[in-house]
Amino acid sequence: MLINFFFTLRKHKVKTSITEYLDLMAALKNEVVYSDMDAFYYLSRTVMVKDESQYDKFDRAFAEYFKGVQQVNLFDEEIPQEWLRKQLEKVLSEEEKQQIKALGGLDELMKTLEERLKEQKERHEGGNKWIGTGGTSPFGAHGYNPEGVRIGQDTNRNFSAAKVWDKRTFKNLSSDVELGTRNIKVALRRLRKFARTGASDELDVGDTISSTAKNAGYLDIKMAPERRNNIKLLLFFDVGGSMDAHIQLCEELFSAAHSEFKHIEFFYFHNCLYDGVWQDNHRRGYGDIDTYQILHKYGSDYKVIFVGDATMGPYEITYPGGSVEHWNEEPGSVWMQRITNHFEYCVWLNPQPKGYWHYHASIQIMLDLMKNKMYPLTLEGITEAIKALLKK
Amino acid sequence: MGFIGTENYIASKELQLAVNAAITLEKPLLIKGEPGTGKTMLAEELAGALNTNLLQWHIKSTTKAQQGLYEYDAVSRLRDSQLGDEKVKDIGNYIVKGKLWEAFTAEHRPVLLIDEIDKADIEFPNDLLLELDKMEFFVYETQQRIVAKQRPIVIITSNNEKELPDAFLRRCFFHYIQFPNDEEMRQIVQVHFPDLKKGLLDNALKSFFQLREVNGLKKKPSTSELIDWLKLLVADDIPPEAISDKDAKNALPPLYGALLKNEQDIHLFEKLMFMARRNAN
Repeated sequence: MLINFFFTLRKHKVKTSITEYLDLMAALKNEVVYSDMDAFYYLSRTVMVKDESQYDKFDRAFAEYFKGVQQVNLFDEEIPQEWLRKQLEKVLSEEEKQQIKALGGLDELMKTLEERLKEQKERHEGGNKWIGTGGTSPFGAHGYNPEGVRIGQDTNRNFSAAKVWDKRTFKNLSSDVELGTRNIKVALRRLRKFARTGASDELDVGDTISSTAKNAGYLDIKMAPERRNNIKLLLFFDVGGSMDAHIQLCEELFSAAHSEFKHIEFFYFHNCLYDGVWQDNHRRGYGDIDTYQILHKYGSDYKVIFVGDATMGPYEITYPGGSVEHWNEEPGSVWMQRITNHFEYCVWLNPQPKGYWHYHASIQIMLDLMKNKMYPLTLEGITEAIKALLKK
Repeated sequence: MGFIGTENYIASKELQLAVNAAITLEKPLLIKGEPGTGKTMLAEELAGALNTNLLQWHIKSTTKAQQGLYEYDAVSRLRDSQLGDEKVKDIGNYIVKGKLWEAFTAEHRPVLLIDEIDKADIEFPNDLLLELDKMEFFVYETQQRIVAKQRPIVIITSNNEKELPDAFLRRCFFHYIQFPNDEEMRQIVQVHFPDLKKGLLDNALKSFFQLREVNGLKKKPSTSELIDWLKLLVADDIPPEAISDKDAKNALPPLYGALLKNEQDIHLFEKLMFMARRNAN
């Protein structure tokens, strides 16, 4: 009974186990709910899911399993082309429009999208709602902001028949979406965890003395939890062009976590790290800091996080003079190697969706330079990156 | 008989179901949600609705799991032994019952609130696994086994400051209280202020939800802040027009201190309002 439901949940990577499945059975046996689909949805969610970041996965799994039972056909209408086009035009910058032209124009892209939509429809006959969110959007591949062209969300208003789980209210809480203002708080908590390591007790000498005195001379040992912020962090942000929005977000994120670190320092670079970086983003060009100086000033116990899309011409990394802004005597790759050799723990956070990394030669090169320690700028990615930074 | 909210507490259908499932299957219910969405209130109101005792165990960063079971007060025993008190012979006199013990031995099935479990040490939930699962524990000092007469209704709240271990989560049911929408908010306000003027409520809710939509606020105002703010508005007899008056010299809504609790937030909001007005002109 409902065994396939359980496996559908597992397939969608909802962390659920046999214990929870048996709980659900017990709940049904006790008739907590009875032949009410919505109530069953809430009940199974309460029992099977233990974290709000899993709610979205659960919703998707639920929809997949019950599409046969409920027969909700939500996608017999086509997405109006005009609407899509308008949305796109709103989102794209001039530069990006130029890029589309280079790729065969908007019409060509639209055609691809249409084909993708059809493909997906055939695979999930009947209950296909996940267009544009499940990775059909070819737009991300060419570097557009997937936030702007989220088809599933905006067309939803046409589907008045949508069920609770189809609304996917918890999409923003899901841990594999990009960082946004909603889940930035959760990310912050991850960072705090990063900063606070170890909770072992240590002897509280002052308290022990005073309480022993109060205790008429009998020894009364007091312990206090150990709290030390030992993490020293250097952050390098790629600024200029497409990265600015992401960078602002990251900067906010890390400055909010500022108090949790013993030492934190921000630096900026453009596209790739070369012989100089700067610290004041508004006054770039003035008071450049020599990268050597960073290598000398900060010990190898500092942890280094790069934030950037690493999307550029491969020559910008591998050739002298590759920088788009100035003449660099030595290629960026040499500078990257110097950093990774000096600092023991380095990671790279990349706002590009991971699925598109292999399309960009420059990301591949950077991955090699970082010894594969590149993570997507999502909650999961941040968690992974922090794990890598803390590895002994 | 199930929990359907009380006259002071509006529970959504999902929440009712989660609570009832937890009561029926005798599992602890873990509640998460934005601060100020009524997580702690739930336990209080549930105890009221079921007409039973509420035992509250508020967790601090220094709380140990053992303190919920019992504590052995060695210091007073030592003092008593110096004074030659007869009591000292029975170690049982120095065992101080914790909240879980109280809950296990209560006459009627009580509601036990473990508030803000995420404040404690990372190991805290792991130390309570067996106790919450089997609802029993062992007192080493007196060689006594404490078994629950009936399984208490356990409500656990968390603000997500630390992740809880999987093994602990397996033993709980989970519900995430979503922020109420406009309609639910009206019901909630209705419960707290039955005779609020409609104009005032409309305007207040409008500026409240607008305020929540401002990006970049450090702390978004939540239900409890709204209730406080309305209380002040009613007390000061602010006319409805004053709240939504866009041309007013003051950019901030009256008595904003109840809604925005952070200096940076107030500055940010002032700036945004200033820009909005400049664009409008």
